[in-house]
Amino acid sequence: MVDVQRVLAADGSVVGAVPDMSDCRLRELLVHMLRVRCIDERMLKLQRSGRIGFVGSTLGLEAAMIGSAAALGPMDWMWSGLREGAAAVMRGLPLDEYVAQMFCNSNDTAKGRQMCNHFQHAGSHYPSWSSGIGTQLTHGVGAALAAHRRGLDEVHAIYCGDGASSSNGFHSGLNFAGVWKAPCVFVLVDNGWAISVSSRAQTAAESYAAKGRAYGVPGVEVDGNDVLAVHGVTAEAVETARGGGGPSLIVLKTYRMLGHSSSDDPTRYRDPEEVAAWAERDPIDRYETFLLDRGVLEAGGRERLAAATLAELDEVIRTQEAAAPMSTRTLVEDVYAEVPGHLRRQYNDFARIQESHGEARPGEGAFPL
Amino acid sequence: MATLTIVQAVNDALKSVMRDDPTVLVLGEDVGPKGGVFLATEGLTAEFGIERCFDTPLSEDGIIGTAIGMAMNGLKPVAEIQFQDFIFPAFDQIVSEAAKLRYRSGGQYTAPMVIRTPYGGGIRGGLYHSQSGEAYFCHTPGLKVVVPSTPHDAKGLLIASILDPDPVLFLEPKALYRSVKGEVPEDSYQVELSTLREVRAGDDVTVFCYGAMVPVAVKAADQAADKGIDCHLVDLRTLLPLDEEGVLEAARRTGRVVVVHEAPRFCGYGAEISALIAENVIEYMEAPIKRVTGFDTPFPNTLEHHYLPDERRVLDAIEQVHSY
Repeated sequence: MVDVQRVLAADGSVVGAVPDMSDCRLRELLVHMLRVRCIDERMLKLQRSGRIGFVGSTLGLEAAMIGSAAALGPMDWMWSGLREGAAAVMRGLPLDEYVAQMFCNSNDTAKGRQMCNHFQHAGSHYPSWSSGIGTQLTHGVGAALAAHRRGLDEVHAIYCGDGASSSNGFHSGLNFAGVWKAPCVFVLVDNGWAISVSSRAQTAAESYAAKGRAYGVPGVEVDGNDVLAVHGVTAEAVETARGGGGPSLIVLKTYRMLGHSSSDDPTRYRDPEEVAAWAERDPIDRYETFLLDRGVLEAGGRERLAAATLAELDEVIRTQEAAAPMSTRTLVEDVYAEVPGHLRRQYNDFARIQESHGEARPGEGAFPL
Repeated sequence: MATLTIVQAVNDALKSVMRDDPTVLVLGEDVGPKGGVFLATEGLTAEFGIERCFDTPLSEDGIIGTAIGMAMNGLKPVAEIQFQDFIFPAFDQIVSEAAKLRYRSGGQYTAPMVIRTPYGGGIRGGLYHSQSGEAYFCHTPGLKVVVPSTPHDAKGLLIASILDPDPVLFLEPKALYRSVKGEVPEDSYQVELSTLREVRAGDDVTVFCYGAMVPVAVKAADQAADKGIDCHLVDLRTLLPLDEEGVLEAARRTGRVVVVHEAPRFCGYGAEISALIAENVIEYMEAPIKRVTGFDTPFPNTLEHHYLPDERRVLDAIEQVHSY
C-alpha cells in the first residue's frame, strides 16, 4: 500500500514535519482557503436564486486547491480539471473576471460562450478548459515540452479528478510525460466521486498513485484536506520537475462535500454517514486550529477574514450583474482569426431579421462582405 | 524549378518552413530517423535534429493533444497521423479542443497547428488504409481542411497552412504521392487557402473535385472533349472554409454540375456543394446536379477499383447532365 502523506491530523494536531514557512505565509494559506469557501458560498447562493446558471462547488476541496496551487511559481501554468477556479483567483485571476464569467456577461473574457464555472486567465497562465474529461492532460504535457524546448523556466501543473484517471487523456498524458521527462506535475484530486460513481469504482489498481509507476512517473498519496501536506508534497514535485527530474503524480485524497454541480442531488447515491465523517475532517477547521495553537491566528480572525472577503465579493457581484450581455456579433467571431465569408453571410442574414424586429443593438449590424 | 512528386513537395515544404522558423517542429509515429512510412519527413531529423522532428509513442490522441499544448505555448507543431483512418482516437482532441479553443477562450488561447495525414484509396489498403474522412472534419467550425492535388499546391498550401493562425487538417492524397510530378519553385511560397483552382475552363459542364479525384476528372474531361463536351474543371483545394463565391460562379457558368469525391455519398462533401448551388443559383441550373462518389459502404479491398470513381463513371455523369 502507498503511505498517505500527512502533516496535520483531522483535529489540527501536528503529526508530520511542518514545512519551513514564515508565519505570514502560513496565515496566507488560510486567507486563500477562506476566499475559496466564501466565493463558493456566494456562487451557490446566486445559483439558488436563479441569478447564475451553474456552480461546480469546491466545498471541502479548499486545502487541495490552495495547498497545491500555492506551491507553483508565478510563471508556472495551472491546467484545470474543473474546480480550480478559486485557486486561480489566488494566482491572479481577477475576482471581477471570475464573477463576470459566472454571469457570462460582456466582461467575461470567454465572451459568454462557455457555460458558467469555466474560467481562464492568460495573464497568470491558467488556460481555457473544455467540459470534456481528461483532454487537458496531454495539452499540459505538450505545453511543458514546449517550455523546455523554448528554454522557459515553467512547470506545468496538470489537474484532473479521480474519474479522469479512466480517460484516454490520462493514459496518453502520463505516458508521453514519462517518455519525454516533461517538466510537469499531475495533480489528481480524488474527491471520492465522479458525479455519482464512487472513486472506488474507477479502478482495480491498489491506489491511484500506483498507476504512475507503470508510466515511470513516481506517484504519491497525500491527505488532500491537509493544506500543509499538500503544499509540501507539491512544492517538492514542482522543484523536481523544474530541475529536470521529470514528472510526478500527486494524488490528493479529499471529498466533494456537495453534488457534482448545482444541478446534481448527491443524496440519491451516497451515504449521509460518509458525508458526515468527511465533515469531521474539514480542511479549514483543521488548519484554523493549527494556526490558533501556533499563535499565528487570533481568536475571531477567521470570521473577520471571511466577512472582508464577502463584502469585497458582494461589491463585485453588484457591478457584474449589471453588465450588458455579449454582442450578437460574437456568434461568429473567434471561430477563425478572421471571420470568413460564409460566417459573415450567415450572420448578416440573422442581423437582418434582428433589425426587422427592432432587436439589433449598436455594433450588431451586418459585416462587410 | 525542380520536378517533384507530391510527397517530395510535402517534404520540401516542411524543410523550407523549418529553415525559416525555429518554432516549427514535426512529430508523429515513425516520422523521425525513418522519415515516415511514405518518406514525407525523410531527412528532417538529420537536418534539424531529434528535438525538431521526433517519434512519439503510438497514440494519435497523445500526438494531437500534446501538439495542441505545444501550439498553446509558442511552438508551431506539424503532427503527422500515419493514415487518416487512424485519426479517430484523436477526433475528440481535434474537434472538441483544437477547433474550439479560439472560440471558447474568446481569442485568449489558440492552437495554430497542422495535422498532416495521407487519405484515400488506390493502394490496396483495405478498410483501414484507404478512407476519405473529410466530411467529418468539414462539419467542424474552427478547423480548416485542405487537400492538394499537385506538387505545386502541396508545397504552397502546406506552407500557407503552417503559417496560418488556425488549426489545419492537411489531407494528402496518398494515391498521388508518387504518381503525379510537377514543377515546384525552390523558394518558399504560399498558395492562399480558401481559393479554388480552375484546372481547365469550359462552357458545357462544371466538374468539382479535389485530391486524388482531380486526375480522374481530368481524364474524364479529356474523353468528354472527344465527344464534343467542353468541361469546366475546378479543384476545390480548400474544403473549409470553402471559396463559396468561386463555386457559385463556376456553377453559373455552365448551369450543369457534377461533383466527384471518393468518400461515401450520404452526407458527403458533394451534398454541401449541391446544396450551396441549389440554395443560391438554382435558377441557372439546366440539369439536376450529379454526384459521383464512393459507395455508401466501408472501403473494400480487392474491389477498390470499382469502389473508387473512375473516368468511366465521371464521364457517364458528365454525359447525363449534358444531355438532360
